[in-house]
Amino acid sequence: MNTQIEKPDTRTRLQGGSPDTATEAARDVTDPTPRAQRKESAYGDKKIFSIKDCALVALATGKKARMLQEFRSHMAEIDAASIYHHFWGGLLLPRFEEREYNNDFAAWIRHGIHDAVLAERVAALAPTGFPDLEALRREIIELIDTRMDEMEYLMWARATGQFEFICSQIVVFDTGRRLGKPAELATSMPNLTTSSIFYHFIDARRRTSDYRDDFSDWLTGFGNEFGSLQEQLACIDPYFSSLSELREELALLFTAYFKAPRS
Amino acid sequence: MSMLDDYAQVAGGDVVAQLRQLASPLAGARVVHVNSTRIGGGVAEILTKLVPLMQELGINTSWEVITGESEFFECTKGMHNTLQGNRIPLGERLLRVYEETNARNAEILRPALEDADFVFIHDPQPAALLHHCPERKGKWVWRCHIDASHPYRPVWKYLHEFVAPYDASIFSLAAFAQELPHPQYLIPPSIDPLSDKNVELDSNVIQDTAGKYRIDPQRPVVAQISRFDRFKDPVGVIHAYQLAKQFVPALQLLLAGGGAADDPEGEAVLSEVQASARGDPDIHVLLLPPDAHREINALQRIAEIVLQKSIREGFGLTVTEAMWKGKPVIGGDVGGIRLQVINHHTGFLVNTPEGAALRIRYLLHQPEKIDEMGRKARIFVRDNFLITRHLREYLTLMVALLNGARDRIELT
Repeated sequence: MNTQIEKPDTRTRLQGGSPDTATEAARDVTDPTPRAQRKESAYGDKKIFSIKDCALVALATGKKARMLQEFRSHMAEIDAASIYHHFWGGLLLPRFEEREYNNDFAAWIRHGIHDAVLAERVAALAPTGFPDLEALRREIIELIDTRMDEMEYLMWARATGQFEFICSQIVVFDTGRRLGKPAELATSMPNLTTSSIFYHFIDARRRTSDYRDDFSDWLTGFGNEFGSLQEQLACIDPYFSSLSELREELALLFTAYFKAPRS
Repeated sequence: MSMLDDYAQVAGGDVVAQLRQLASPLAGARVVHVNSTRIGGGVAEILTKLVPLMQELGINTSWEVITGESEFFECTKGMHNTLQGNRIPLGERLLRVYEETNARNAEILRPALEDADFVFIHDPQPAALLHHCPERKGKWVWRCHIDASHPYRPVWKYLHEFVAPYDASIFSLAAFAQELPHPQYLIPPSIDPLSDKNVELDSNVIQDTAGKYRIDPQRPVVAQISRFDRFKDPVGVIHAYQLAKQFVPALQLLLAGGGAADDPEGEAVLSEVQASARGDPDIHVLLLPPDAHREINALQRIAEIVLQKSIREGFGLTVTEAMWKGKPVIGGDVGGIRLQVINHHTGFLVNTPEGAALRIRYLLHQPEKIDEMGRKARIFVRDNFLITRHLREYLTLMVALLNGARDRIELT
């Protein structure tokens, strides 16, 4: 059983810890290095792209909220891995594809707390717009506090269904497949698993500088040659389509790009 | 052609390739699953396929079944019911039988269990085995298939003593998870698309089954195919049918189910159902043997709409089965049914016989909705609730357990 551990354990340090401890440990969930200091590319050899795959399994945190105030309290100290899960990780778990909101928090605020205003504000949050999950956490809390100031009854309004905070463990493995040239993206894309798409196109945004997907990150290694392709990749919104639709969209983009004559 | 190749045909080649890669670090590991029945019920159905699939992936997997007398199953059925919320204390005598039965089974199973790298104990029946395996060297996982969201506390407190020392537990939904001092994984169960219960059937088989049970295929049929268990509310289903029939006089109801070997209450509930159905020739109550998988398959396909009006539910594999056959499901707004039935997309969630009756009428008056929801339901199951997804999550859990409670694990 040959495994290599990618990150230090953070959850055990969180259990029973103070909010400060939680915050400290939560930073480790993504990477102990501040995003700005991370290396430019995840690919040591810029000419080779390693296709990886991943599998995810969910865990209960034991934290449940029946009121917005309670939700806010948990939000302040929940493992950052749970925030990641409710924005992104859940895409790999059983869920109906036609999602009304792009994160679980907004969905619960709308259908559990029945506050459409706050739901819309939380739904508008794009995690990639924040330097790390701690900043995202602070913004969610800020939105809740603002809304509770606006509508005091929300302090004690009871939800019609409880919110269960979940987190997840991700196992990443190397498929052994390699791409030597960017043009190979077009032919390989339809054969990637949806979880591979998740890893390279969604999960990558918390691993790379500038919150990019792995494909864009790899293309950076070729200088400006693929700048317009990177721009087109940045225009794909991964939130509202299923992973298989996303794969199709990427395959179409790469095929069109590499078939078309380029100056 | 291997079993995995067969599954690749249904679930996709990439899904199976991923299973092989995920299983490679577990090659040669010894895994033992333990439950209390080899036939009947969702757990036995899952293990029937999960075990050989794990074997085919190079994992040395076996399945053990504990044995007990009727008093033992009376006790464990009581545990099952109280974990699902019934407030009935279990007597000291029955609890003693529970512990003695586990101790006796441990004498037989101990060498295999103590030697295994992973032991999966399914539900409360064999939960006390760990207590009798002090030299265990592997990871022990307690898999709770029950909706334990609101357990009767004294019984949970008793069971907690046996479950707490495990290395991890698995619940089907976050709402079912209980306070335990170890990681609690969330893995919904699954169906096997290649089993007799779920494979595609020739239309002749479906017609023959309808003929055998005198079901008129020209008239609308609603069905609940489920064990005769009070938590499945079969009497409530009859009530819903009676309300709907006032508006759809041609309606027929099919209530069919088998008993599980570890469920002593089934007979009493069946009698209640038969009494409620008496006098209406359009209600078909069928008690099926545990191996009537093809017949169940056909009966689900005969129905226009499938009901699962449970008032408590662990997951509701009968819902998954019906959805896989392209049927919209009207289900109780409880447990794992909520994860599968998406209101207005794959069916409707209801709380009362009145609610179920309303949705029956709505769908029967809009047959195009039946088709549309049925299509969505099948895709939803294909993507999320087939055994290949279930197996992948077990493998992920096993790899994760080997690496401790880390958020990200990279395999070399």
